[in-house]
Amino acid sequence: MPTLTRHLLHAGGIALWFMLLALPLLAVRVDTLHNVVEWRWGNLLWVGAGAFVLTLLWRSMAAWRQRPSKEPAALATAAGRLLDEPRLYRPAVGLLLGAALLLPWLVDTYQTNIMGLALIFVVLGLGLNITVGLAGLLDLGYIAFFAVGAYCYALLNTRFGLGFWACLPLGGLAGAVCGLLLGFPILRLRGDYLAIVTLGFGSIARIVIENWENVTGGAQGIAGVARPGLFGLELSLAGMTIYLYYLLLALVAVTAFVTRRLQHSRIGRAWVALREDEIACAAMGVDVARTKLSAYAFGAFWAGLVGVIFAARNTYINPNSFTFMESALVLSIVVLGGMGSIVGVVLAALVLVLLPEYLRAVAEYRMLVFGAVMVLMMIIRPQGLIIARRKRYRAREAA
Amino acid sequence: MSYFLELVGSGLTRGSIYALIALGYTMVYGIIQLINFAHGEIYMLGAFIALIVAGALTIHGFSGWAILLLAGLVAAVYAAAYGYTLERIAYRPLRNAPRLSPLISAIGMSLFLQNYVMLAQTPDFLPFPALIPEFAFMEPVAHIIGSAEVLILATSAVLMIALTVLIKYSRIGKAMRATQQDMAMARLVGIDVDRVISFTFVVGSVLAAIGGVLVGSYLGQINFTIGFMAGIKAFTAAVLGGIGNIPGAVLGGLVLGLTEALAAGYVSSAYEDVFAFGVLVLILILRPSGLLGRAVREKV
Repeated sequence: MPTLTRHLLHAGGIALWFMLLALPLLAVRVDTLHNVVEWRWGNLLWVGAGAFVLTLLWRSMAAWRQRPSKEPAALATAAGRLLDEPRLYRPAVGLLLGAALLLPWLVDTYQTNIMGLALIFVVLGLGLNITVGLAGLLDLGYIAFFAVGAYCYALLNTRFGLGFWACLPLGGLAGAVCGLLLGFPILRLRGDYLAIVTLGFGSIARIVIENWENVTGGAQGIAGVARPGLFGLELSLAGMTIYLYYLLLALVAVTAFVTRRLQHSRIGRAWVALREDEIACAAMGVDVARTKLSAYAFGAFWAGLVGVIFAARNTYINPNSFTFMESALVLSIVVLGGMGSIVGVVLAALVLVLLPEYLRAVAEYRMLVFGAVMVLMMIIRPQGLIIARRKRYRAREAA
Repeated sequence: MSYFLELVGSGLTRGSIYALIALGYTMVYGIIQLINFAHGEIYMLGAFIALIVAGALTIHGFSGWAILLLAGLVAAVYAAAYGYTLERIAYRPLRNAPRLSPLISAIGMSLFLQNYVMLAQTPDFLPFPALIPEFAFMEPVAHIIGSAEVLILATSAVLMIALTVLIKYSRIGKAMRATQQDMAMARLVGIDVDRVISFTFVVGSVLAAIGGVLVGSYLGQINFTIGFMAGIKAFTAAVLGGIGNIPGAVLGGLVLGLTEALAAGYVSSAYEDVFAFGVLVLILILRPSGLLGRAVREKV
């Protein structure tokens, strides 16, 4: 049989299978109130056609990927070298920073606001990157530390009138302390047990916030949180948006810088060693308990810090901002970006937060697409967008 | 005392549903060490398909038991098909990828399926018809334990026994145990590992779907988000009992259900989830391999 016919038949079979799968949910809708069954055959045709085209596309792509070719590999190393070479990446980072600085003056307030949200997730991604990406400790309840920071500021501000700048370090510290507290009991756990316990802690944190009404305001949340001050200046809404944007940008820069320095420091190398092999790491004399705890604390610190800004930015917080979906989003950012890679995490955060925002035109479908993209990305490129590279040390030659 | 028994009854009912879902988690985890995050969505899909079939059949004048059986059957078949497809699309290409990749893929699939059902059907809660009839012989104890609860307990018990028999005595069950012990070795002795994994997903999905049908008819309403929390609870149950261990999943489910029901009854229903997770955390700290799990000594 010629290959084309075989391909077409195969795609037809898959299309039929998916039409069959979609039959009860997409084609039938039962109205129990009026006792009518509504048939929607049109939907089924769409599913069939879509599955047919996608299968053909997938097959041709798979064939194309299997062709022996050296080009992509060469390209990858070139890109990698670009990230390694200080003479190349320093101007690149400068350029990007310049563009980011100019951005609020080029686009309207709405866009700046969305960018601000994306930057919050960049910081969260960089923070979780320490725990998951570098130290390899899976954390599915990371957003709880973000909540700790946000509620810390909201409470201190509305109850005791403390200002934003006083609370910023307090929020970070509160996050770090919570990270330590979480770290202690789960020092002995590994891998998937760690995942489920952190997930449990994340849920407990949210439930407590939701139900401890005297303190946290329960599901209603806390309103009227003060925006950050700027030497007593009165800022308009647009001005405030731009100010917050710059604040977040600065935080991103600081986070990226500190994480980078940490990564190549003694403790950062201990984290990576821990990720690669815990037993070997302990055998080499690394204090495993201290290394794990510091990874949790450092990761949680950034979440607490940016949580304060989040509360100040929204002026209103409630438990709905701290659900498992947010934790999953941050984790996806780290994994999609490439575990341990700072550039990758920044990129992934921007894509994952901005994409759904701009897909609002097809708002209903955006989460559907988002889920599909996550799966597809893992299949096509499981290492993430940017593969983290180890720093290489070269002996300096005597002049 | 009657209040206590009532709580125990509802706790066991809830627990047996958790156990049904947890079995799927634990079997999949035992074989490919993957937390199948989309498993809760299969349970939700099962409930939805049963609801649609039951609705259509009611309109066409079927009654009682016929509807329950047909709806359950269709839901189970479809859940099996969805479970199979899920594994083929989202997990099989990632068989040799780093540990976190299939987990992310599973989270993506979970999002996809939730939104698929929301868009295809409705974002609102749908009333689920009470498919389980009231038994006459249950009349004297109806204030303590309802007919639906008894049916759920009985069905779960039968399914769990059937599963145990399947795994202990059938050919494919033997292949499953072999794959769980050592995948490479199983391949060497001629076991089609891919088929075993597909089969595991199919069995797990069927159990989850039946759980979905029972729960829908017990609680009376469903929507597209029910799979998420149920999935997490069931996974907790699986870990509680020792993940990868089938009797452990059942025990874990029952312990979790009882804890929740008693905490909700005597402390506060708002904090029942806190108690559920609290028990989990305690057990993991005191006994990290779960209630029935064997501690694995790592060899270097």
